[in-house]
Amino acid sequence: MNVLLDYLPEFRDGFLGTLAITASAALLALVLGVLIAGFRVSPVPPLRAFGTAWVTVLRNTPLTLLFLVAFFVVPQILFQGASPYVLATLALGFYTSSFVCEAVRSGITTVPLGQAEAARSLGMSFPQTLRLVVLPQATRTVIPPLSSIIIALTKNSAIAGAFGYGELFNVSKLLNDRGYPIAWIFLWTALAYLVITFAVSGLFRLLERRLGVAR
Amino acid sequence: MSGASVLYDVPGPKAKARNRVYSVIGALAVLGLIAFAFLRLDAKGQLDPEVWRIFNYAGVRTSIRDGVLTTLQVFAVAAVLSLVLGLLLTVARLSDHKPIRWLATGFIELFRAVPLLITIYALWVILLTNRDALGLTGSQPQFWALVAGLTVYNGSVQAEVLRAGINAVPKGQKEAAYALGLSKTQVMTTVLLPQAVRAMLPTIISQLVVTLKDTSLGYIITFEELLYTARLMSTNIIVNGNDTYIPVIIVIGSIYVAMCLALSALATWIERRGRRARTGIRVGAAAEPVAAADAAESAEAPAGTKD
Repeated sequence: MNVLLDYLPEFRDGFLGTLAITASAALLALVLGVLIAGFRVSPVPPLRAFGTAWVTVLRNTPLTLLFLVAFFVVPQILFQGASPYVLATLALGFYTSSFVCEAVRSGITTVPLGQAEAARSLGMSFPQTLRLVVLPQATRTVIPPLSSIIIALTKNSAIAGAFGYGELFNVSKLLNDRGYPIAWIFLWTALAYLVITFAVSGLFRLLERRLGVAR
Repeated sequence: MSGASVLYDVPGPKAKARNRVYSVIGALAVLGLIAFAFLRLDAKGQLDPEVWRIFNYAGVRTSIRDGVLTTLQVFAVAAVLSLVLGLLLTVARLSDHKPIRWLATGFIELFRAVPLLITIYALWVILLTNRDALGLTGSQPQFWALVAGLTVYNGSVQAEVLRAGINAVPKGQKEAAYALGLSKTQVMTTVLLPQAVRAMLPTIISQLVVTLKDTSLGYIITFEELLYTARLMSTNIIVNGNDTYIPVIIVIGSIYVAMCLALSALATWIERRGRRARTGIRVGAAAEPVAAADAAESAEAPAGTKD
């Protein structure tokens, strides 16, 4: 009990850190995921192959390995001096993008065939069909799987703490080093994560109700 | 490509010509990306033959082999234990006794909600502080913390998967079994569970892929599995004044991807076999390893009744 009260500022910073990294990684994953899903369903074979390779490699690589790449290889090869926040966002975003891509792709396949045919017979181009007709409808089917992907992302963000980014896991490590009983630290961190994941799933349920249409 | 039919018609001659142009542009873009990566690697001297020659040394090979073996060892123990725990939790969750049901539900919900890394870390600290009392030596605290963490997390997820499978068994099966005079235990073990396991086998194996990937969390609690070995090697082997992160990570990454793909292929194979034999309830879809996520949520839709 004392741990929380004594170190309230640390816990608050860790909580906010987890929120920040989750939000930015989710944004990156959504943008990349939708883009790659577009590649995977496009009529252009090289792009399709690229999308498939992307998903296969990223989905089957342990996230910890991606963190290793982000923190030790990216600074060497691409750019130096990026903050742990940026590097952790990259690792989490790229990893999650493969799951987002698959969710979006399976959402696209649930759109009735006639919808796209109608769009085409109106003279819409492929990007137009995708943007105006298919994706808005696919979005609705994609929301429930997306919700569990974001929740997984929240939990995965704990690994960022092990690489020196200040979030909840980082805080619990710090407090453990100062000799507080691990059981209490564990319970408080667990509670913090529960708050976030409940908020995420509540948000998505709200979205689902807002966007839900009788088909 | 089932997605293709939704998005575009079978291309005519004009569209085919246009697609060919796009293909060339797309191929060039992808090749450009690969070329850029190679140029950057080359500029940093990571493509020099000396850098890659490190894999010729017996020492490097032995460490990689040992790393793979420890990873597989953790995976094997954690996989078996998590399946056993999953089975127990499923039965407990479907029990007629309220306290047992609540206990199992609480356990599942707690460990599914907490990041696996935090569970493993807490267990590690507990094992380390009680090391002498428990008689653990060397890297055993890390090993058991990793195994126990993987077991409680994946056991909880597997329990939800199995429960979805049991719910997918047609109700008449259970009623018929009771009508034959079978006891509660008999109904569960001879009628419900076998069908549930069969239906959910692809999902169960996909979750095992997640277990395999998550063994890499051992790196963070300094357990010497494949990733930790990789880190150690790349900082210790210096070639041309550089550490060897890039070649080592490329090799280790390929090993991980290969192991996971092999396991996924097994899931797909079982799914295909199950679909061919049209007896009992249907086998659920493979793939969708559901991140390190809640396998349960996507498994919730009874796999047996889908499509």
